[in-house]
Amino acid sequence: MELLPRIPLAEWIDAFVDWLKNAEFFFDGLTSFIKFFIDGIETILGAFPAWALILVIVAIAFWFGGRKIGLAVFVLLGLLLIDNLGYWNDMIITLSIVLSASIISIIIGIPLGIWMAKSTIVESIVKPILDFMQTMPAFVYLIPAVAFFGIGEEPGVIASVIFAMPPTIRFTNLGIRQVPTEMIEAAESFGSTGTQKLFKVQLPTAKATIMAGVNQTIMLALSMVVIASMIGASGLGTAVYYAVGRNDAGGGFEAGLAIVILAIILDRITQSVSKKERS
Amino acid sequence: MVAKIKVEGLTKIFGKKPKKALELLQQNKTKEEILKETGHTVGVNQASFEVEEGEIFVIMGLSGSGKSTLVRLLNRLIDPTSGSVWVDGEDLATMNNEQLRQTRRKKVSMVFQNFGLFPFRTILNNVEYGLEVQGMKKEEREQKARKALELVGLKGYEQMYPNELSGGMQQRVGLARALANDPDILLMDEAFSALDPLIRKDMQDELIDIQNKMQKTIVFITHDLDEALRLGDRILIMKDGSIVQIGTPEEILMSPENEYVERFVEDVDRSKVFTVEQVMIRAETVNADKEGPRVALQRMKEAKISSIYVTDRHRKLLGIVHAEDVSQLIKEGKDDLKEAMETEVPTVTKETVLRDMMDLLTERTNVPVAVVEDEKLKGIVVRGTVVAALSGSEVKLNGTSS
Ligand SMILES: Nc1ncnc2c1ncn2[C@@H]1O[C@H](COP(=O)(O)OP(=O)(O)OP(=O)(O)O)[C@@H](O)[C@H]1O
Ligand SMILES: [Mg+2]
Repeated sequence: MELLPRIPLAEWIDAFVDWLKNAEFFFDGLTSFIKFFIDGIETILGAFPAWALILVIVAIAFWFGGRKIGLAVFVLLGLLLIDNLGYWNDMIITLSIVLSASIISIIIGIPLGIWMAKSTIVESIVKPILDFMQTMPAFVYLIPAVAFFGIGEEPGVIASVIFAMPPTIRFTNLGIRQVPTEMIEAAESFGSTGTQKLFKVQLPTAKATIMAGVNQTIMLALSMVVIASMIGASGLGTAVYYAVGRNDAGGGFEAGLAIVILAIILDRITQSVSKKERS
Repeated sequence: MVAKIKVEGLTKIFGKKPKKALELLQQNKTKEEILKETGHTVGVNQASFEVEEGEIFVIMGLSGSGKSTLVRLLNRLIDPTSGSVWVDGEDLATMNNEQLRQTRRKKVSMVFQNFGLFPFRTILNNVEYGLEVQGMKKEEREQKARKALELVGLKGYEQMYPNELSGGMQQRVGLARALANDPDILLMDEAFSALDPLIRKDMQDELIDIQNKMQKTIVFITHDLDEALRLGDRILIMKDGSIVQIGTPEEILMSPENEYVERFVEDVDRSKVFTVEQVMIRAETVNADKEGPRVALQRMKEAKISSIYVTDRHRKLLGIVHAEDVSQLIKEGKDDLKEAMETEVPTVTKETVLRDMMDLLTERTNVPVAVVEDEKLKGIVVRGTVVAALSGSEVKLNGTSS
């Protein structure tokens, strides 16, 4: 074994990353775009006093979550608890990053999924890439993110997008491919154009499946944002991170509880939207 | 005149490499042999036929015989492996996407075997679909959709969703969706299969009505021979993707091409198919305006019959006289035939199907039934020819009409 020199894979990758840095203007542009996104959402969410935002979220949960009183009460109590424990601002930051990452994932993921559904060639190329992306441990994405974007919230969003986008792509592809043949034929037999077929038949039929993918994407984005506190994305994750560093069990539990509450709220709202579409 | 739809050498083979299978097919190998040798399924095998404008053209065959495949080739929902389809003289294969779309929008509409409705759209929006993709204005298309729904008897269900309707109702929504487009050609894939017998008959009548009024060309697929005979101007019978026989209902019934067709038709109720026109014969008559009892009696003797129909000089039917009554008249020295005449006589028209006149024939066994058109006597139906026709024996049915 000693005869064979070690393959310098790490060096190669480093060289590649160095080379990529030539495209600095591109990464800078991307960074400012993402910053604009996060700032926008943060400004909107920050414009409300806590109590008003709580009411808005409760109302959204009630209307879009299938009008369940139980859910509304849970959301109300959960958010009041977060505010009471003093994690409100951290929660807003985390929520902004999660929403930014999710929205970008959806904006890229749905068209990509549609393209995949329309072309078997694209599907056969994208599918293995998605598999690969999902089997990598989450924090591995932090490394290239830091390499290209430095530290802060923006690389956190980038890493989250990469980590969280696959379900949206997959489910969009799946949902469109699952539309019954006879419905497609009916659409075609009446002389629909490709676009009409997509928007009038395929997407409405696939909506529930796509929403299930979006739900997963949001959950993955949240988990990634917490991890991304390691590279300076502030918010609830940072609170946990500090607590771990200071061996502060109580503080860690509080911040962790806030994350769980946020996760449940996001999950229930998107899941009920998906279920409502399905029935 | 060009045929509305013309099909020539049309073949569809399902599978990855249809070339090889196509060669085998041209060497007259069967569907089964080809499946075994190449793993390819023959959907349609070298079909050629024409459908005339205004015709109801029925396609029949057992399950898997390729009916749905054939009909999908007619609007190019699937591309043929070989052969061509012309609609109004235009070759579908040479059309570009835009031309094909226009043909589908304006000329050909299809009703699907499994309905093919959109579950997330209301019934009204489903029916509007074809007009919507053409860019028609909301009010206009809604009005047409409502009319189509009324035609199929689904008024009041506009705002429901497909899953709230029974199978038969959903099927009628599919029909309404096709009708709303007001196409020249309707392709109907087992469009009545989910309907109960009563509604089914209504829909059949409705279809015949639509076809009569608007001269639509209809390609109608069915499993049901009774339905085929009722609707079809001509019937095409398929087996394993190939055409076995094309002909009018009578031709199919009277001279089945082979055993396959024979088995199809063996237990059909012929009395539902044959009409009076096919069994009526020339009537012996007397003209009451100028002929008297003696002529009547003489004519009955010559024809060896015991009753004779009486008309006026324009062949308008007046009644019937029986031999014994006429003899009585002569004995009494009267010479107006009308005095012995029975005016209450049962009549039928040429279009009456035999089944509907069986009662008349059995009630008055030795009096022939008069066939009347515009009050004029066109002929008579006697029991003998009817029985012969229904028993399927090879009698030459001579329609001595007009
Ligand atoms: N998309 C397809 N791929 C492969 N084989 C097919 C496909 N569609 C139809 N076939 C085959 O083609 C043959 C004809 O099928 P088709 O659906 O036309 O029959 P059908 O006469 O309409 O039957 P049914 O009365 O049951 O509707 C069958 O052997 C079927 O298995
Ligand atoms: Mg079929």
